[in-house]
Amino acid sequence: MDIATFLIQCLNAVQYGLLLFLVASGLTLIFGIMGVINLAHGSFYMIGAYMAYALAPAVEQYLGGGFFMTLAVGIVLSVLLGYLLEWVFFSYLYEREHLQQVLMTYGLILVFEELRSILVGNDVHGVAPPDWLAGTIPLGDVMTYPVYRLFISAVCVVVALGMWAVLTRSRLGMRVRAGASNREMVRAMGVDIRLLYRVVFAIGVALAALAGMIAAPVSSVYPNMGAQVLIICFVVVVIGGIGSIKGALVAALLVGFVDTFGKVLFPAMAGISVYLLMAVMLLWKPEGLFKAG
Amino acid sequence: MSASRHAAGSAAGAAAGETLLSARGVCKHFGGLRAVDEVSLTLERGSLHAVIGTNGAGKSTLINLLSGELPISAGTVELLGQDVTGWTQPRRARAGLGRSYQRNTIFPGFSVFENCRLSAQAHHPRPLDWLTPAGACRFSTEAAERAVARAGLADVAGRTAGTLSHGQKRQLEIAMCLATGPQVLLLDEPLAGMGAEETERMLALLHELVPGHAIMLVEHDMDAVFRVADRITVMVNGRVIASDTPASIRDNHEVQVAYLG
Amino acid sequence: MTAASIDPPAPVVEAGPRDFVSPSPFAPARLVPVILAFVAAALFPLVGDDYYTGLVSKIMIMAIFALSLELLVGQTGLICFGHAAFFGIGAYTVALTTPIDAPASLWLALPLSMGAAALYALPVGALSLRTKGVYFIMITLAFAQMAYFVFHDAPFSGGSDGTYMYFRPDPAIGGWQPFDIEDSRSFYNMVLAALVLVFGLLAVMLRSRYGRALAGIRANEQRMRAAGYPTYAYKLGVFVLSAALAGLAGFLYALKDGFVNPELLSWHESGTVLLMIILGGIGHLRGALLGAVAFTLLKELFQSEQLLGSYAQHWQLWLGLTIIAFVAFMPRGLIGVFERGAQQ
Repeated sequence: MDIATFLIQCLNAVQYGLLLFLVASGLTLIFGIMGVINLAHGSFYMIGAYMAYALAPAVEQYLGGGFFMTLAVGIVLSVLLGYLLEWVFFSYLYEREHLQQVLMTYGLILVFEELRSILVGNDVHGVAPPDWLAGTIPLGDVMTYPVYRLFISAVCVVVALGMWAVLTRSRLGMRVRAGASNREMVRAMGVDIRLLYRVVFAIGVALAALAGMIAAPVSSVYPNMGAQVLIICFVVVVIGGIGSIKGALVAALLVGFVDTFGKVLFPAMAGISVYLLMAVMLLWKPEGLFKAG
Repeated sequence: MSASRHAAGSAAGAAAGETLLSARGVCKHFGGLRAVDEVSLTLERGSLHAVIGTNGAGKSTLINLLSGELPISAGTVELLGQDVTGWTQPRRARAGLGRSYQRNTIFPGFSVFENCRLSAQAHHPRPLDWLTPAGACRFSTEAAERAVARAGLADVAGRTAGTLSHGQKRQLEIAMCLATGPQVLLLDEPLAGMGAEETERMLALLHELVPGHAIMLVEHDMDAVFRVADRITVMVNGRVIASDTPASIRDNHEVQVAYLG
Repeated sequence: MTAASIDPPAPVVEAGPRDFVSPSPFAPARLVPVILAFVAAALFPLVGDDYYTGLVSKIMIMAIFALSLELLVGQTGLICFGHAAFFGIGAYTVALTTPIDAPASLWLALPLSMGAAALYALPVGALSLRTKGVYFIMITLAFAQMAYFVFHDAPFSGGSDGTYMYFRPDPAIGGWQPFDIEDSRSFYNMVLAALVLVFGLLAVMLRSRYGRALAGIRANEQRMRAAGYPTYAYKLGVFVLSAALAGLAGFLYALKDGFVNPELLSWHESGTVLLMIILGGIGHLRGALLGAVAFTLLKELFQSEQLLGSYAQHWQLWLGLTIIAFVAFMPRGLIGVFERGAQQ
């Protein structure tokens, strides 16, 4: 492997890892703070991607906007969706046993998949990135790298920094971190726990949907994308430690590298490299790399 | 009467029996925190050794280290002459170490009798014998009958454990320990949440158990401790500040400071 | 975080000291309906047409699959979301080891399928059981996905299209032919016999010391360890046993249609079997039987255009909503409903 190819694969790995981080951070927060295991989290990613596809023409027609306006509209819609879902459905899951949570969110996946099928169909779609991001930049003499992929990484980094700032600097962030490590304490502190949960959930949904939206031009939009990303995110959360954002970041990048280089170096075993990583981590640190908070 | 950090050996005034469990220089570090720091003690047959201390003194951690639930950072534990420092909890239990918990760990859905029988079964597990119904296992049913009788629960043996009163549940917790026929008993706050009458019953039970066993008792109820203990060890911030007879401990200046100062 | 254990409601019983207060599968009230169901299944081919007999056959195979998971989830409290991997491995093993020109021996193929499933379960269980609760759920799902990808991507397994099996294994022993496995009635009876055997085996085992130990581990693993049980070994044992039984179900499934594909290992399959046991009622062996019947009939109903017209296209939606409603309002399953009815 020459330097340019290696660099390209590294960039791919980082981009994939950062996208995973966006989705996994929501998952780990929702589990760490509310104690809910949510199988439908991957569906939010899928919903984001399909929104990028389905909303673009409407946004262009009624709002005169392009890609970024579609993103903005999508984010707003997903926050609303998350808020609504928490209120109507997920808030009833908190006190239930894990098995019930698993099955109810599994039922939710079926509902989402079918609704998507009814509303938008089952076809695979491409989404075009905005023109000014659609080019490539040169790497070395022969290779080039798509600008859009760099854009994805950039967005994820900005979001990650924003998350870090909110978590460490704001009161909301303090409550979230406290809630991740000690739910009872937060309740005892008199924080309006219902509102906190609703906000956290809405943010989690929005993060996953955003990831789906910005990933759409690169990964295409297809029915099974939610399930695939969900299981990988489970691996990320297990490796990183439930409830830990830092863990989700480190684990997501680790998974990104293992998966990308796994596919390049051992194409026959491509799909399973991530699970082998998980197996190794389980031998070493079954509780995950970092603690919650 | 100096307080020795490494106090060990038999107590004056109590029957000096054979040493069944000895802990030497036991430490537990959690990162920078020393939850248990250089603790040594011995448990002798026929003697009840109480461990007292303020909250956060490390008593629970100590019990967990002795029972095997937490791995030791440094030091050794010997049980019945064997070095069990690296042994898991089940292995120590099979070797004769029994442990009761501060919060009930009984099986609320099973009968009182089945609670004890299942505990006793650990010493005659026969996991591959699927043909024999568990209820036909003589070893465990006989051990359970003995334990139930010893703990004074014979008249409620058929009741579902979850329906017992709190005091009866604590008795069942002890009975389940006894069902495995241990020689060393580690009892973590058996009197927790008990009223006066229940406390008397439990203390009577403990008094009966002392001659045959080596008992370590972690308790907050000072009156009870001074009544039953043959030896008292006082812990503060993970260290032993005094280990002596109850009378000496009562007069010990450092202990008074730790509790009152 | 909520605990991952499910206790059946504890009845208050004044009984003799030697009675256990725990559900015995051999109690007459419980055993009779099961025996009646088996008899009904045995007689069904006399009255049912080919399609429905095939459906009952499939229900029985899924019932074996559900029983294997009930052992893990309901009796030991280990929520495994990757059980389809063992089912699929059992199916693929027989499909891939059957020669193209002649059948293999049933008495080699069957142990081979169950053994392959058990063999995968050993490292998966050894690693997964180092974790608890939600971690365990996620990790078992991930390991199942790993197996899914192996069969999906590997060249030897026919890829995403799956692979065919041209002969069912031959039950001949020496020169003697006990039955003709290619005959659909004989095959049906074989499946029924397997179901009865598995049910009987599990009922006996749960009554034994090992079974009671599993119940104790489910109720309070810490207490079991304090008593001296090496709980990790017990859990690993039941994990491997459960996988072998799932492999048996997969073996029969492959034989039935002669076709296997990677979707047998998908998490939808894992979710389906988990759903079956909660539908029937966790904590009861007969719940697995009831759940397999109920789920299959429900799915048939939702997919039936005769009954639902064009709404049948969206059966996943009806199924999803039903799952949510059922788990929300009847978490103890159908058996829970019957028992509550009986108590009143």
